[in-house]
Amino acid sequence: MIELRNLSKRFVTADGPVEALKDVNLTVNDGDIYGIIGMSGAGKSTLVRCINMLERPTEGSVLLDGRDLGALSKKEMQGVRREVTMIFQSFNLLMQSTCLQNIMFPLKLIHTPKAQAEARARELLQTVGLPDKANAYPAQLSGGQQQRIAIARALATNPRVLLCDEATSALDPKTTQSILELIRQINRDTGITVIVITHQMSVVQEICNRVAILENGQVVEEGDVSQVFSQPKARATRALVFPEMNGAEGTVSSGYGQLLRLIFEGSVTIDKPLIASMAMECGIAANILGASTRTVGKREYGYMLIEIPGGPDELAKALKYISKAPNVVVQVEAQYSGEEASEA
Amino acid sequence: MNQFVKAFEPDKLQEAWHVFCTEFPLGLWETVYVTLLATLFAIILGLPLGILLVTGDEKGIRPLPKPLMKTVNVIINFLRSVPFIILMVMVIPLTRAIIGTSIGSVASIVPLVVAAFPFVARLVESSLRELDPNIIEMAQSMGSSTIQIVFRVMLPESVPSLVTNFTLAITTILGYTAMSGAMGGGGLGKIAINYGYSRYKYAVLYLAVIVLVIVVQVFQSVGTRLATRLDKRIKK
Repeated sequence: MIELRNLSKRFVTADGPVEALKDVNLTVNDGDIYGIIGMSGAGKSTLVRCINMLERPTEGSVLLDGRDLGALSKKEMQGVRREVTMIFQSFNLLMQSTCLQNIMFPLKLIHTPKAQAEARARELLQTVGLPDKANAYPAQLSGGQQQRIAIARALATNPRVLLCDEATSALDPKTTQSILELIRQINRDTGITVIVITHQMSVVQEICNRVAILENGQVVEEGDVSQVFSQPKARATRALVFPEMNGAEGTVSSGYGQLLRLIFEGSVTIDKPLIASMAMECGIAANILGASTRTVGKREYGYMLIEIPGGPDELAKALKYISKAPNVVVQVEAQYSGEEASEA
Repeated sequence: MNQFVKAFEPDKLQEAWHVFCTEFPLGLWETVYVTLLATLFAIILGLPLGILLVTGDEKGIRPLPKPLMKTVNVIINFLRSVPFIILMVMVIPLTRAIIGTSIGSVASIVPLVVAAFPFVARLVESSLRELDPNIIEMAQSMGSSTIQIVFRVMLPESVPSLVTNFTLAITTILGYTAMSGAMGGGGLGKIAINYGYSRYKYAVLYLAVIVLVIVVQVFQSVGTRLATRLDKRIKK
């Protein structure tokens, strides 16, 4: 189990101190595939580097099974880094070494006998599906293949945690799929805990069971993937889940009334046309500003942004009517006030 | 001018050919072994120093105290900025202490090494700095010690660049050996200066220059080819 407790990280730059992480609290359970998602600059990379102490947190602690990593000696920390390994966006293979030598690299660091290290490396080449690339050099491989070799290398020391730092960001969608599939398979087979840092919503949807949304160095939302994505509370989360919805308020709104955000859970949500029947039964003609659907962890979610004309009475009526429908979550996005919609 | 043209008359050319056959083989041998030995010692001193410059840097993998790094840099810059011909005179006591004399091919190795090792250190520094910092981070994330990063990552990954830079060092040192020929050193430089400068035998001088050019060409092409062959980033 990995616990981040009140983690903060400040960098001193030429323009003054920058707070990369602010009071981050997270718990990652054994066997989780835990997603940490955020826009670039949100502090994701700093966060993942704090987990293996490549960056020392300014405040707070990182606990691995209750052991405070900040308190370990340099030597002990090197040991921990064989239990918590990492793969990278740019693969970071040794370009002058063969694939086999690359996979053997972490084993050579701990002076594993050569025959034993080589046997382990060949076994891992098998695991990642590249048994014929033992003597190839990284430059001869495609990006996806290079990442597979990097994964094999990260697994060489039988780690308990695998950190993936934007591991699929440099890959095309199809290759991304296959790499994610591989990570999921390894997670299933070995029970390894995986922490996935990404800015791609699709990656989290594909493999994570839990997720934390990072914005400006703070965790703005955290929980089960289906829970967080079906009822995104924080603005940052909504921006990630339904990126096309951003700014819809300002562009197509009539300029008066209240904005409601509807989230339909499940593919067969309702048996009647909700908005149309609300118009007929309540006499409220909602203005649909935007709508879309998403598949999150094998479940369908619909999403709609509507504008209710009129005052607070109409709003209350609409809220009451919509809330009666099954599997629909409704949130008041904003009381229109002539400004950008603000957090409810 | 007249004298210059006369230096290439048939009888002068014949004389030059005689010198070429009798003195050049030894001169070439002296030049080559002095160059190679001086380069070798310069690398022995310069390589660790270059590694220190990179790893001990403020942003390096093992930062050393700033005053220490500053001192090392000042010394290197000082040695690099003294003209070789002056440096040769300055290190005469050192040469005598090590070799026993300051005259001859072997003795000329000492000033060559003193002049070349700071140069080599800078070349090594630039080679190692070319390395992608992400690779170093990867090694740290795998629990590498500083020594392991240097010997298992930095040096092996920089081999092609190091070979290219060492080739540059060889050809530069070869140029210096000719200069040391003027100050009691041996080799083709000595022959060129003794005959060409002191006795106006320009034909000998030009022959010596041609041979030196060929030697440089050989070193350079061998080095370039080796660097290319060793670089596994190039797809074959």
